[in-house]
Amino acid sequence: MDDLLSEFLTETNEGLGTLDLELVRLEQNPNDPGLLGNIFRIVHTIKGTCGFLSLPRLEAVAHAGENVLGKIRDGQLVVTPVAISLILSSLDRIKMLLATLEATEAEPDGNDADLIAQLNAFADGQLDELPGVAAAAAPEPEPTPEPEPVPLPIAKAAPTPSTAVAKPKPTAVAQPEPAAPPPPAAAPRAQADGDVKDSAVAASNIRVNVDLLENLMTMVSELVLTRNQLMQILRGQKDSEFGIALQRLSHVTSELQEGVMKTRMQPIGNAWAKLPRLIRDLGIELKKKIDLQMNGADTELDRQVMELIKDPLTHMVRNSADHGIETPIDRLMAGKPETGTVTLSAYHEGGHIIIEIADDGKGLATELIKKKAIQNGLATEAELAQMSDQQIYQFIFKAGFSTAAAVTSVSGRGVGMDVVRTNIEKIGGTIELKSAPGRGSTFVIKIPLTLAIVSALIVECAGERFAIPQISVVELVRAAPGTETQIERLNGAPVLRLRDRLLPLVGLDELLKLRHNHDTSTECFIVVAQVGTYSFGIIVDRVFDTEEIVVKPVAPLLRDITMFSGNTILGDGAVIMILDPNGIAAATGEITVGSDNRGAAETAVVRGRQIDKTSLLLFKAGDDSPKAVPLALVARLEEIDRKEIEYSNGKPVVQYRGKLMPLVPIDPSLRIGHEGRQPILVFSDKERSMGLLVDEIVDIVEDVLHVELGSDKPGLIGSAVLAGKATDLVDTGFYLMQAYDDWFGSRSDGALDHVARTLRVLLVDDSPFFRNLLTPLLTIAGYEVSAVESADRALDLHEAGEDFDIIISDIEMPGMNGFEFAAQVRGDGRWRHVPMVALSSHATPEDLDRGREVGFNDYIAKFDRDALLTSLSATLNLQREVAA
Amino acid sequence: MSIVPAGSTPRSVALGDAASHDYVSIFIAGQMFGIPVLQVQDVLGPQRITRIPLAPPEVAGSLNLRGRIVTAIDVRTRLKLPKNTDGKESMSVVVDQGGEQYSLLVDNVGEVLSLTSGTYERNPATLDPAWRDVSNGIHRLDGNLLIILDVARLLDFATSADAA
Repeated sequence: MDDLLSEFLTETNEGLGTLDLELVRLEQNPNDPGLLGNIFRIVHTIKGTCGFLSLPRLEAVAHAGENVLGKIRDGQLVVTPVAISLILSSLDRIKMLLATLEATEAEPDGNDADLIAQLNAFADGQLDELPGVAAAAAPEPEPTPEPEPVPLPIAKAAPTPSTAVAKPKPTAVAQPEPAAPPPPAAAPRAQADGDVKDSAVAASNIRVNVDLLENLMTMVSELVLTRNQLMQILRGQKDSEFGIALQRLSHVTSELQEGVMKTRMQPIGNAWAKLPRLIRDLGIELKKKIDLQMNGADTELDRQVMELIKDPLTHMVRNSADHGIETPIDRLMAGKPETGTVTLSAYHEGGHIIIEIADDGKGLATELIKKKAIQNGLATEAELAQMSDQQIYQFIFKAGFSTAAAVTSVSGRGVGMDVVRTNIEKIGGTIELKSAPGRGSTFVIKIPLTLAIVSALIVECAGERFAIPQISVVELVRAAPGTETQIERLNGAPVLRLRDRLLPLVGLDELLKLRHNHDTSTECFIVVAQVGTYSFGIIVDRVFDTEEIVVKPVAPLLRDITMFSGNTILGDGAVIMILDPNGIAAATGEITVGSDNRGAAETAVVRGRQIDKTSLLLFKAGDDSPKAVPLALVARLEEIDRKEIEYSNGKPVVQYRGKLMPLVPIDPSLRIGHEGRQPILVFSDKERSMGLLVDEIVDIVEDVLHVELGSDKPGLIGSAVLAGKATDLVDTGFYLMQAYDDWFGSRSDGALDHVARTLRVLLVDDSPFFRNLLTPLLTIAGYEVSAVESADRALDLHEAGEDFDIIISDIEMPGMNGFEFAAQVRGDGRWRHVPMVALSSHATPEDLDRGREVGFNDYIAKFDRDALLTSLSATLNLQREVAA
Repeated sequence: MSIVPAGSTPRSVALGDAASHDYVSIFIAGQMFGIPVLQVQDVLGPQRITRIPLAPPEVAGSLNLRGRIVTAIDVRTRLKLPKNTDGKESMSVVVDQGGEQYSLLVDNVGEVLSLTSGTYERNPATLDPAWRDVSNGIHRLDGNLLIILDVARLLDFATSADAA
């Protein structure tokens, strides 16, 4: 029997067991909505699972039963003994079908038209009493309305009855049975037998209470501690007769520990095993082309956690396929490839497991959700008008909320998302939703590692020890005054120069409000941590060893403290808190993981992992409003003594690295003082450097850049919200031109000199910032630039008969992305041979390969101005040579 | 998140109940308190306690109870009493609340007392509100008064602090 089926049988038998109990309780408390909801969900899950295992009989019965329950839940029907009996008899039918299924791996012949007709009649309110078969059951309040259970149901189907039941392996039952349906004589007996509780499959697996495992784990931890103490004692004694025995004890203990740990950890791929089949069958049923991609299937997580998220995951993947992905025709009309993609990814991130379910479908329909919210009385129109799209999306997590126009057998009953949320929150996780119309939706589930073994660095600050998960530690730096690595302060904020980059620092003592007697002017250590793409340093007093620790969740009282992801017991028996680098990053105001600020990013991005973040240097100059330049453009940050500023030809210059470097103030009216130190941003290009005079360097932030307001003011590109403040984006090109009129012109001494005709460049990028940044740059370099905001617009130009010498395209764009765009251009048409350069903020080797495959001639990182210009001329030269 | 489970100890003790109740007696700043004996899992001497930065002031830290991490609650702080100054280290009474274990730091632990409803009184109206919040009533003993500690409410300072 295949794993899928055997797991289904185990699960369904469990579910049915619960249902029997719950239904009887429901009969006694007909007005308990929680009970009803629970019953409904179990039946819904059974139905859903049958659906994709191709078990039409089971599905039909469960569907009819669910229908009745749905009406009861919606208040259209009341709970009566008749209703309960009917549902119980459908459960008995399900059990009977399961028994046959287990014995023969196939549903029995025949149909359940009689039962379904009754259920449907009842659902339509046309049935008040039970006729025929089930009538005998009606007066009985007990959950066993069917006739006497006949023992050994499996025996009927298997030719070797005595052994088949005893053997725990289901395959043993199945093997002797030919593929033919069960003997006709057996079928009626199986029909009569409704109560098959002792499933052989269920017996082949032992379900162990997690508490028991938890206890075992605790005992093992104790054992390890005791072992460590013994080893310590042994080390103090030479030639002890205990030596060998203790060695053995030590080995066994380690193995035991490993074994117990293993019982709880499983790769998430186990929970995904069913999904490809689910997607395939859904695709056929819904007549859609759907591709399922799974990344990180080997990410391990706690068995208990996995059990709890398995159903939610199934629901969500099903939802993505059913509601998210459009039909092939709709997709083609929207300019997307025919085949939709549902992507599942899992990865560990600082003490959490992140699971993403993304589809490239049509996104959530805001209008439909609004309508439904008003219908269900969840909000008024006025309230909705005030809500952001993000807030409106949250309605889909409410019970009974479905916007699917018709209830299909796949989904659309509104049972899915509230179950998902409940299950995830039950284990202390969060679920986030991002959606963009026409581009798809992404669900991000973040689950704390309730029990996982991680390698952690033990550090000390203010006499307290803390553990930092090794996974987020990039390196350790020892900092001492007077040495090359020393902590400097920008207006009190500590920073460290690390390999020509400025690393923001945060003191653990300040962060945790520890009283600190340690003198920071002496040596200290900096733990360089990385969260996502953001690096920062944590200042600590001392660094001890790394230690393998078991992450235990903190007490509920302390869960609000975001700085800790858990706690653990060290080898010496002391309790120690585990720092959460995510929480620390969030507290330093740099990262908005899981916070509301994320809402701003949602409209810009479809997939969380592809958030187009830009590092920006924030500074003040002239007025009070913060200003920013892309960090990648800045070569160095310097502070010069104002006394060193000299004047040449009336303009300020400074001797810098053996040359004169012109200084340009942001504010032309700025009067440079003669005292103190002057911060400057140094821009370099080949031999030349230019210093931009600023008042104060404030910070480095990493954020999604949205230029919200354009600017007519020379020297400014526009404004954006950065770190919560309106910030002016400085047009570096403008100031570079002030220092050297021919800054950009100097490029033309290269390959482009002999080109008589102006070359035309088509720039495709959805970000207005980049269009604004690159257009002047390319224009000055001697190209004629047409900039468009999407691949579709670019293709419009193709339609309109425009021709270009080279195309520069962004990769991550809404709608058609760069790869798809390139494929389209390369496909046919006049532009087939036009060289293309891909522009991306992150270029992994895979991206490079993929880019070449679809026809990009070159692939370069955004902001790398030199590379872009070099690549342009090189690509064009190559093209000419080929043509010649 | 509240740490009070649905089925916590009854808020009031039925007066007609003749059966006796057993309490572990504890002492804080000279006052005798009683914790229902069934809720007490362990009584420990002074323990090594790890401070938890940023935690509420009532949380003294965490300690290792045979491989389990237990949150230590400073009952003095919870009852708005000053810190212990006599230099004696606190005793720990480990209680189970909603599946989580907590260690209550108290000055001293006495014997187990079996008390009947005959000596029971409701909270006097003049009792300090902070104390009344955690008290399930009083037992009149010879030469002493015992306050019945409602452990669930004693540990509920997180939510009451949130509300404030």
